[in-house]
Order: sequence, then structure tokens, then C-alpha cells
Amino acid sequence: MGALFTKDTQAIFWNNNKSAIQRMLDYDFTIQREKPSVAAIVAPTSGGNFDKYFYGPEEIMIPTYKTTKDAAKEHPSADVLLNFASFRTAYDVTMEAIGIKGQFKTIMVTAEGIPERMARGMNQAARDAGIVVIGPATVGGIAPGAFKIANVGGTIENIVNSKLHRAGSCGLVTRSGGLFNELSNIISINADGIAEGVAIGGDRFVGSVFIDNLLRMESNPQVKYMVLLGEVGGTEEYRVIEAVKSGKIKKPIIAWCIGTIAKHFATGVQFGHAGASANADAETAGAKNKAMAEAGIYVPESFNSLPEKIEEVYNKLKKDGVIEEIAEPVLKEVPSNRRSKNFICTISDDRGEEANYCGVPISKVATPDTGYSIGDVMALLWFKKKYPKWASQFIETVVKTVADHGPAVSGAHNAKVTARAGKNITDCVISGILTIGPRFGGAIDGAAKYFKYAKEKNLSPQEFLGYMKKEGIPIPGIGHRIKSVRNPDLRVSGLKKYAAEFFPKTELLDYALEVEKLTTSKKDNLILNVDGCIGCLMVDMWHSLDYNEDEIDRFIEAGALNAFFILGRTIGFIGHALDEKRLAMPMYRHPWDDILYQIDEAEEL
Amino acid sequence: MAQRAIREYDGKALFSKHWEDYFSGFHYSFKSVLVKSKDELNAKAKEHGFEWLRNEPLVAKPDMLFGKRGKNNLVLFKKDKPGDVDLATAADWIGQKGSHTTTLLSGQHGVLTHFIVEPFTPHSQEQEYYISATTVGEDDVLYMSVEGGMEVEEGWEEKVNEVTIPINMSDIDINHAIRSNIPSGIPADKKEEFISFAEQFFRFYRDMNFAYLEINPIVFLDNNELAILDLVARLDDTAGFMMSEKWGDIEYPTAFGMEDQSPEERAISEADAKSGASLKLTILNPTGRIWTMVAGGGASVVYADTIADFAEANGGSVGDLANYGEYSGGPTTGETKFYAETVLDLMTRHKDSKGRDKILIIGGAIANFTDVAKTFTGIIQAIEVYAEKMKEHNTKIYVRRGGPNFEKGLKDIKEAADRLGLYIEVYGPETHVTDIVRMALEK
Repeated sequence: MGALFTKDTQAIFWNNNKSAIQRMLDYDFTIQREKPSVAAIVAPTSGGNFDKYFYGPEEIMIPTYKTTKDAAKEHPSADVLLNFASFRTAYDVTMEAIGIKGQFKTIMVTAEGIPERMARGMNQAARDAGIVVIGPATVGGIAPGAFKIANVGGTIENIVNSKLHRAGSCGLVTRSGGLFNELSNIISINADGIAEGVAIGGDRFVGSVFIDNLLRMESNPQVKYMVLLGEVGGTEEYRVIEAVKSGKIKKPIIAWCIGTIAKHFATGVQFGHAGASANADAETAGAKNKAMAEAGIYVPESFNSLPEKIEEVYNKLKKDGVIEEIAEPVLKEVPSNRRSKNFICTISDDRGEEANYCGVPISKVATPDTGYSIGDVMALLWFKKKYPKWASQFIETVVKTVADHGPAVSGAHNAKVTARAGKNITDCVISGILTIGPRFGGAIDGAAKYFKYAKEKNLSPQEFLGYMKKEGIPIPGIGHRIKSVRNPDLRVSGLKKYAAEFFPKTELLDYALEVEKLTTSKKDNLILNVDGCIGCLMVDMWHSLDYNEDEIDRFIEAGALNAFFILGRTIGFIGHALDEKRLAMPMYRHPWDDILYQIDEAEEL
Repeated sequence: MAQRAIREYDGKALFSKHWEDYFSGFHYSFKSVLVKSKDELNAKAKEHGFEWLRNEPLVAKPDMLFGKRGKNNLVLFKKDKPGDVDLATAADWIGQKGSHTTTLLSGQHGVLTHFIVEPFTPHSQEQEYYISATTVGEDDVLYMSVEGGMEVEEGWEEKVNEVTIPINMSDIDINHAIRSNIPSGIPADKKEEFISFAEQFFRFYRDMNFAYLEINPIVFLDNNELAILDLVARLDDTAGFMMSEKWGDIEYPTAFGMEDQSPEERAISEADAKSGASLKLTILNPTGRIWTMVAGGGASVVYADTIADFAEANGGSVGDLANYGEYSGGPTTGETKFYAETVLDLMTRHKDSKGRDKILIIGGAIANFTDVAKTFTGIIQAIEVYAEKMKEHNTKIYVRRGGPNFEKGLKDIKEAADRLGLYIEVYGPETHVTDIVRMALEK
């Protein structure tokens, strides 16, 4: 108990509701929170991994996830779920969240009109799990100066006008969301604003009711008195009366039930919310107002005179020294004109004193005495991490291993022909790189992808071969033109030796070698080739570095593995181009006698 | 709305439709017709499958949501002695009852338009039981009594056993709770039968998303035959989106004595159904003096409250309040214009009987996200159309609103009224939300 939210509270927002999330972040910026109040967004149908939002004048990226479970796993300290799902799915979303043990303390449900039986089930499940549910059918709540749910308080101008940017002394509980704002305004004009406020929601069955919120506020030292705005219908106000009578609530309460109009109309007219309909005399607004006044709760004569009552109680508490003067905090202003950025960069920055690679200044990585190698720089710029020595040295080993493979392979040949046409080094390199693909150098991605898939699915080597045969794809990373079991590829031997010595584990390589046993038993040259070996070891490296399967899959999808080949082999292409320049070889023309000409006359159609 | 009453006929049809899935060990022959007139009943009796209307003694009664039909003498089951009502008698009775206004003991009055006709079921008082279920607080409660019929409500405490069933109670525990609370007056040879029925009744009530379901009496005939003699039911209509197949086409009639919706109210509720925003309108008194156009559900209530308070305190009455309603959830300019035109049109139809000025309250709390200037654009467009008529009625406009873009909204509406020569006073968040009512009525 105590305060519902603090300045460190972070939420997971279910549904990428752009304006509501932006309003939260504008609020965060205004009150100078350290971290944004939205840690993550669950957007089941979106494709991306993040969405851009403004934080003050700048943009930030908020990660998005397909499920609440994924978001919770990555953001274990986000203990509030803001459930903005529709009335059709809000129940399922809430129940899933309740099922994630130990994650959420508060779940806010905005949907109106969730089937009553489901709302009751969901509220009960939350109560059993010790989770506070705000709603359904609510705009939410706010702890001024700490955490604001979605659209509560409206625009930033209104928030500041209603003193919702810093904690005051009042605890506010209403049913209606629209009047919540209004009450905040009244309290800011006639007193010093609110310390915590919750609109409990307009549906018949809501999770936390008046008494739950008032008892929490009773235990929150920041709250000096409470304002309760009830409604015709239901008996929840009587539980408050009981708590006042029994002394569970000692702080002053000012209360009013709206809907006094209903007594003038027999039946049939629904005034206000779904929950607002008196089934008995005791449930009328008039009866409840009377009973509250009799219990010693401050009840005004009418809603229209509520402001005076608040002023009266506030002044009394101030005179008694219960409430002290509040220092107005300095606010940051959200700029009115903000432009969304077209490009995002997360790997390097040239704006400061010295350009840096992922926060590490270039001078700290460049010279040998820094201890940084090319492999370390690649890890920074490609994967945004500092890798341990064994991993960055493995990266370098790969680059060195694939740097060149003679002049006859397609890329080198292209580079040479281009150089002999008198083109510059850029053109030579490009023409070489353009041949890299599924038939030349591109098997690393494929090998990693298929071996990883087979391993994850627990396919035996035999099943894996069957699967690939059915797919109609030769296994990437298996087979060599010349090399065989008896005449092994020494590049592969070298990589295997390095891995055996320095890798914490090589599970995928071990699996690939099992597959190799089977393939080489069919044909001697169906060995695990250098592409296959690199692909598997890269995956093993990432597993050892604690990347999860999704992250590794994304690397493979992005083509990061072939990138090692592209980078390494570019060294060779430049070498061949320089070689041609040095030798000053003339323009190359392929000899006629090496071409099979067979020209049939074009058929007329 | 959430809980909505359905006709007895529709309730019984639901039982019949799902009987095989829920009530094993019992039989129920759904013989029942819903008719609006004598002719309709006679026509029905000629249809195949409804031969019983001609061959069996009948019972007829209105099916219009109100209860206590027996006490209101509105159940036709005898001419001279019980069970002698034939088709012709029932048809004549319906023709006669439908021809004039009926006033109930409660004071509700109106013309009877819907009748349910069923076979007369001969049985003894001992075969009648009472059963119902509803939600009380957070729990479901099942009520059972060995005494069915009209008299059960007198001496409710002694006669009825209550079983409280929390929402997350398991089926086994539910069965146990029902069994251990079974009314003691049930004869030993009927006990197991009744327990089995009560358990299945509760599951049916729960799974079908009823908010209230009462059979009084339920009659246990021989050979496990059940007769549902009288039934009252309300559904939780928020479950409609997932129950459409199980419920089928269900009608939610307006309460007896309530006039049917006016064309204007119907037009607004149709616009509401089509819109993502909320548009509500109820006409309380078409000749009333004070008309409201209030944004937001909560605000609309406090405006109605305050108007009643100040009208009574200033020599008027609640009857001065002409309408109740609200718009919220960010309606489009077009939707707001339509809503405002509807209200203004109604407002300018009748002169105030005491010759007083008309008052138009354009009120609202401080909006969370609705663009005030945008919604006011629609209201202004409607005022432009009705300006001349509003002047004929000496309309005084009082505006109070806050929220996104409220300054522009207030400025625009003030300028428009001034340009059109209409009386207007305009206030923002610095003025208490309902204080314009005081200003308007204390003059």
C-alpha cells in the first residue's frame, strides 16, 4: 500500500495508441522524469521492433513486441499494464497479463462494455493475484509529478493549469473519467491540487472500487484528505461509510453522489453510466449523500457548491498545519513544433568533440595500445557490443580465412576484367562484390539458417537430410569441388581447431559434423565446407554470448553472416585490382574459340 | 445499457433451442406463440405445427416485460373454470385487451400490443416450484423455493433458499453448494430431480450470459416433463458480440408504459450505433424550457442534477428540463452538427407555456482528448441553420467547456452568436462546470 505510482514507475502499453503514448511522454518530459513512463508497447499486428516517439524536442525509440509475455520478459521492472485493447479482446489481454507471475502490480483497462461475466472473472483473478485493476471503462489515473496514465488530464496546458504536474494534498476518486479532469481543476482552483487520483470506471463491474482506492490513499502520507465523486446506483459508497465509522479511514473525505435527477423519473431513463441505476432506495444519490453526511463525511448541498466545500476543508487543514505550502517545481516546456526524423542512427555519432563507435571514441580503439582489434571494431559497429577476446579474434580469423581464394573465382575474375577495362578500384570492387550471392560465398547465411533450424527442431541428421531433400534444396555449407575426407580443407581444420580451443561451446558445429558423417558416407567430397563451418560457428559464438534465438535469427535474416564474406573477400578483390594495375594489363577480350556459338534464325511470329 | 429485458417468449425460445445441451434427463415441449393481434393468432392456428392452438385449452397473457400479470388480472386461463379457454375465446380476449389503454396496479399505463399464448397445463400446487438466478454484488445468487406461483414474494425470507456462487467457483463446488442448500420442503422422491434441474438451470443462466433469469412457477410434471409457466429474463447485452449465434435475433423492447422512442431519439441512437463516438438523446418533456447539449456522460448527469435543483429553487420545476443526453468520444463535425440540429429542431417546436425565454445549455467538463473547437464547429453550423427560429423563442445560450483547443471553440461560438444576433454567454475552465445553470436560472 502507500502510493500507487512513483516517479520510477514504468508501464507496458498494450496497443500502439500513438496520441495517448505521446501524451504520457510529454508529461514525463515536462515533469523531468529520468526514464520514460512507457517502457514497451505491445502491438500484435505491427511488423517493426520499435516505434519512434518524441521525448521533449528529441525522438526516442520505444521497443514494440507482439505479445505481453515477450514485453514483460524484456522489461521485468515495468509493473503497470495499460490495456488499451477493445472490449472484444480486453479480457484475454488482462488474463494473460495476470498469468505472468510477479510482473504486474497494476492493470488499467480502458475498454467499455466488456461482458459482465468476463469483467467479474477478470477482476476476481486480479484480486486473487494481488493486482490492482483500474477500470474497465476508465480514462485511468494519475500520480501528479510521478506517473500519468494515457489521456488523463488532457492537454499539457490543462495539466499545468489543473496543477497535475506536481503532487498536491488531495486523493481523488471518481467513477466518471470526464469529471475526473473537472474535479482536478476544481481542486486546483480551490485547494492545492491532487496527490493521487483514480477514475475507477463506468461499467457495472470494475476492478478496484471506491473503498480500495480510499484505503490506499489513507495509507499514503502524501494524501491529506480525499474527494470522492460517487454516482446513483450501487452500494459502494456504503462501504466507505463503514470504513469511516469504524475508524479505518481517519482522513477527511469530501463526497458527493451525482444523479440526484433520477428520483424525478420513474424508470426507463438511464442517467449516466451502465453502473448508474438505482435498484433500491438506498442506491439513490439522495440517500447516499444523506448517509455520507450522517457518517461525518463532508457533503455539500449540491454539486454546484462542491467547490466551496473543498475550499472550506482545505483551508481548515491548512490552518491546522496538516497541509503545508507546496513549492512549485520548475517545468520543462515541450516544444510546440517538432519534426519527426527521417533517419535513425544507433551505432556511431560524429556530433561531439570526437566521433565515436557506439559510444567509444575512435582514438580509444584505433592504435594498437588500446587493445582493440579490427574484430572489436566490427563487434561495436555491427552488433553494438563489446565482445570478449575469443569472439573478436574469431571474427578476425573468419575475415582472414575468406580474404582470397585465387583469381579464378567469379568475384576475383570480375575485378580483374574490370581493372583491365581501365576502371578505378571502386568499380573493380563493386563488380567483384556483385557476384557474391547464393552461388558464390553466399552459403554462410543458408548454412547457419538450415543447420540452426534442424537443431532447434531436434531433427536427427537422417531426418535433416530427408527434410532438405523434400524441400528440394542442396544443403548449404556441405560439399566441395576438390576437397574430401581424405584431403581435408585446411581452412576448415583451422577454424575447428580455434573453436575447440576457445569457444565455451560448439553445439551447432558438433551437430553439423554429425551431418557430415552421414553425407560423406554417401560421397567422399560431401564435407562440411568453409561456408558451413563459419555459419555454424557464428551461431555457436552468439549462443555463447547469450543472444537469444530471435536475435540470432534476425542476424541471419539481415544477412550479417554473408557480410563477413563480403568484408573479407573485398581485401582479395582490391588485391587483384591492384595487381592488374601494377601489371598494366591491356583490355581483356574473351577468345572466340572459347565460346560455343549456336545461332538459329529468329522465328517470325 | 448493459442488462436488458427480453420477452418471455424469447426467453422460452432460448430454453428450447439449447434444451438438449443443458437439461439432460428432462423434457420440455416448447409450445408457445407470440402474437400482436387476434387475426395474427387465428392465422397462426392454421399453420402446420400449431394444431395445438385449435385442439388444446389455452392460456393467454401480455408479453411486455412487466410482471405481476396475475395480480393485474391479465392472465386468461378460464372462462368459467380453469382450462376451458379455446382459440376463439383467446382471440377475442386479445382483440379486446389490445383495443384500449390498460393501467397496471403500479400506475404504468399503455396499450397492450404483444401476447403470448400457450397450452393450459393442468397440474397441482405441489408440482410448482420457484427458481431464479441473478448477480448480487460481485457474486451470482441462485434462489430456490418449494413454493412457486404468485405468492412466493410474500414471506420471501422464509420461503426461499439462497445460494451465493462466486464468479470463480468450480462446477463441483457449485453443485455441492446447491445440493446443501436445497429447500427442505421438497418431497424426498422429488429431491434428486430438483437438484439436477437446479444445477443445470444455473449453468444455463451462466453460459447464456443472462443477468437475471426467473421461472415462477416451474412445474415438475410426470415422466420428467417440465413446464415453464412464467418466465422473466434479462440479458447482459455487452456479451452480444460473442453470443449472436446462441441468442439468435433477440429483441429488446422498451418498458411497458414508456412511449416508444420518438423519431428524433431513434435517429440519434442510429447515428450512435454507426459512430465510434457516443451520441445519446432522451426527450423528457418536449415542451420543456431548458434544453441541453452536454459533452460527456458524467457531465450530462451533473447538468441534469443542477438544472433540477435550480429550476425548483427559482419557481420552476423539473418539468422545465426538456431533454437528457450527451455526446462524447470525439464525434466528427458532421455528427455534432446532426446532433445539435436535432436538439435545436425539437427546442423550437413549442413555445414555453408560461411565455418564458428558452434556455440552451451547451455544457461540458474539461475534455481529455476531444477537440473542442472541432465539435463546436458542428454546433455552430446547426445554430446558423436554426438562428431565426431560436430568436422566435427568445433563446438564451449559455456555454461552458474546457479541453483541447477550447479557447478557439469558445471564441468561434461567441462570434457566431453575435453575428447571428443571438444572446450568448461563454465560459471556460475558470468557471465551475455547472455554474452556468445558476447564471441562467437565477435571472
